[in-house]
Amino acid sequence: MALSGDNPLMGEKESANETAPERRYELRLYVAGQTPRSLEAFANLKKICEEHLKDRYSIEVIDLLENPKLARGDQILAIPTLVRKLPEPIRKIIGNMADTERVLIGLDLRPRKS
Amino acid sequence: MSGSKEPTSVKQLPKTATGIDGFDEITGGGLPQGRPTLICGGPGSGKTLFGMEFLVRGARDFDEPGVFMSFEEKDTDLVENFSSLGFYLDDLVARNKMALDYVHIERSEILETGEFDLEGLFVRLGFAIDSIGAKRVVLDTIEALFSGFPNEAILRAEIRRLFRWLKDRGVTAVITCEQGKGTLTRHGLEEYVSDCVIILDHRMIEQVATRRLRILKYRGTTHGTNEYPFLIDEGGLYVLPITSLGLTHKALNERISSGVPRLDNMLGGEGYFRGSSILVTGTAGTGKTSLAAHFANSACLRGERCLYLAFEESESQIVRNMRSIGIDLQPLLDNGLLHFHATRPSLCGLEMHLVSMNKLVRDFKPSVVIMDPVSNMISVGSAAEVKSALMRFIDSLKMEGITALFTCLIVGQHQDLTDMGVSSLMDTWITVRDIESGGERNRGLYVIKSRGMAHSNQVREFVLSSDGVRLVDVYVGPGGVLTGAARLAQESKDRQEGKELEEEIERKKREFETRKLAVEAQVAGMLAELSAQEKELEKIAREEAERKAWAERERAELARQRHAD
Repeated sequence: MALSGDNPLMGEKESANETAPERRYELRLYVAGQTPRSLEAFANLKKICEEHLKDRYSIEVIDLLENPKLARGDQILAIPTLVRKLPEPIRKIIGNMADTERVLIGLDLRPRKS
Repeated sequence: MSGSKEPTSVKQLPKTATGIDGFDEITGGGLPQGRPTLICGGPGSGKTLFGMEFLVRGARDFDEPGVFMSFEEKDTDLVENFSSLGFYLDDLVARNKMALDYVHIERSEILETGEFDLEGLFVRLGFAIDSIGAKRVVLDTIEALFSGFPNEAILRAEIRRLFRWLKDRGVTAVITCEQGKGTLTRHGLEEYVSDCVIILDHRMIEQVATRRLRILKYRGTTHGTNEYPFLIDEGGLYVLPITSLGLTHKALNERISSGVPRLDNMLGGEGYFRGSSILVTGTAGTGKTSLAAHFANSACLRGERCLYLAFEESESQIVRNMRSIGIDLQPLLDNGLLHFHATRPSLCGLEMHLVSMNKLVRDFKPSVVIMDPVSNMISVGSAAEVKSALMRFIDSLKMEGITALFTCLIVGQHQDLTDMGVSSLMDTWITVRDIESGGERNRGLYVIKSRGMAHSNQVREFVLSSDGVRLVDVYVGPGGVLTGAARLAQESKDRQEGKELEEEIERKKREFETRKLAVEAQVAGMLAELSAQEKELEKIAREEAERKAWAERERAELARQRHAD
């Protein structure tokens, strides 16, 4: 994925397929500046979503360096943090999303290991 | 050349005053400025309060705004909890003097999927600091992070980075930590904070809680290493720097009345020294409290303030009882010169009592303090502890030139009470003792010692009357020392004997008079007899002369008749 422009992470929203019968995913990715880890996390997430949630997800990227106030609302400590706003319940997935299996569990796309 | 022998002026670390009573004294100014300080302690030891008071006092008294980042309590709960201490956090927040940030970590919501850092926390904290220009930061309790994030290696690295970051920001930070088993902190955070470590302790001794504070480490400064008792009351924390007291008080020459004129006479005529400590011992019901009340009364009547620490009776009970001996304390209470503080000793630990008493003294500023009775303190500490606590209390009072009177109950006939051995701490020791004789109990008062004054060695009978305490000379006679009814009886017997003697003399006088009269009469009689005899004699002589004359005449007549020639 090409990273060009002022801030390629910002305002990235994938439109979802309206007709999809499955649940919609509303995701919010918190980062702090364009660190390699943030970029990595976004790339990993995007890849997983494209693969498993094609056309029924949206990712909002929030850079805390620009909007530090927002850290409080979703109780963000770790960076990067992915907040799954929908479907409920809210879940937080932290890290660079390198562990695809765990990301899928977090997104409820895989049953949790007992 | 190195080694200039001249003493160089030691440059102390810059310090940030906490404003916490007593704490700044024992640390020589407060916490290390611009550095993090670790506060360790068990649950309920006062860590959060320490942190919060540091911020509130900073904001209120030193115009240094502060950020309180709570990992445990919600900000709304904090506002509510601290309003009871008179800390109105919402007001400080509204005036941009304080920022409260509640960090909530829900383990079940978090799923780790790879490398991460805690930049979010840094951003939040940085934002809070910048928004109010904070100089002080409190993180309470950062160890909550360990339950939220499973990856301890990352967490430790991040916490280390956080402390360094705080230092770089130049904020004075307080980080609270839960005390671990056998370790200072549960997660070993002490290795990241090397400047200042303070331990708060809340321990139970014989079912009585005592709070203590200790400075484990304070790099680059001297500090007291003792455990300092501290108090949490309606005004926040109060640390008592008592153990640092020394024997440097100045002895005062002024004398003050004991409230009992004859006792003043016994004490070199002028009463106690101001700033001295007085011990009144006695068995139960010997009038110790009455003596104390006299002293309190006289102090207040001089217009001085008196603090009465009662450990056995309530305020109203003492007022009522003292009225029966003619002392009305109520007006003194009403005009605020007399202040009662009545508590049971078992209410809290010895150290706590000491702290609260010191606080009372500091707030009320009395010139006379009465502790009645000090012997009850033994129920909350060992003899040695009580002695050391009292010693520190007396020292602190002497420093202020406050005169202190302690009453002490003694059991049995041990004149030297002193299951506590406090008598050696006292300057004046008065004992009131039962003297039992003739089927009744009376009180005898002795001045056992009184440093620095010529005091009476006499025993005085101590009489409680409706006009107060009176000291009466005891009867010292051949039958020994007599008091009470025996003294009265003896005195009356003496009077009787005297009277009898007088009567005897009178009678003797009268006898003499009579005898004198009799003798005189006798003499008169004898004189009369003598004069009668004299007259008789004269009569006989006269008759003889007459007879002779008659005989002459007869002879002459005869001769004439015989015509004698």
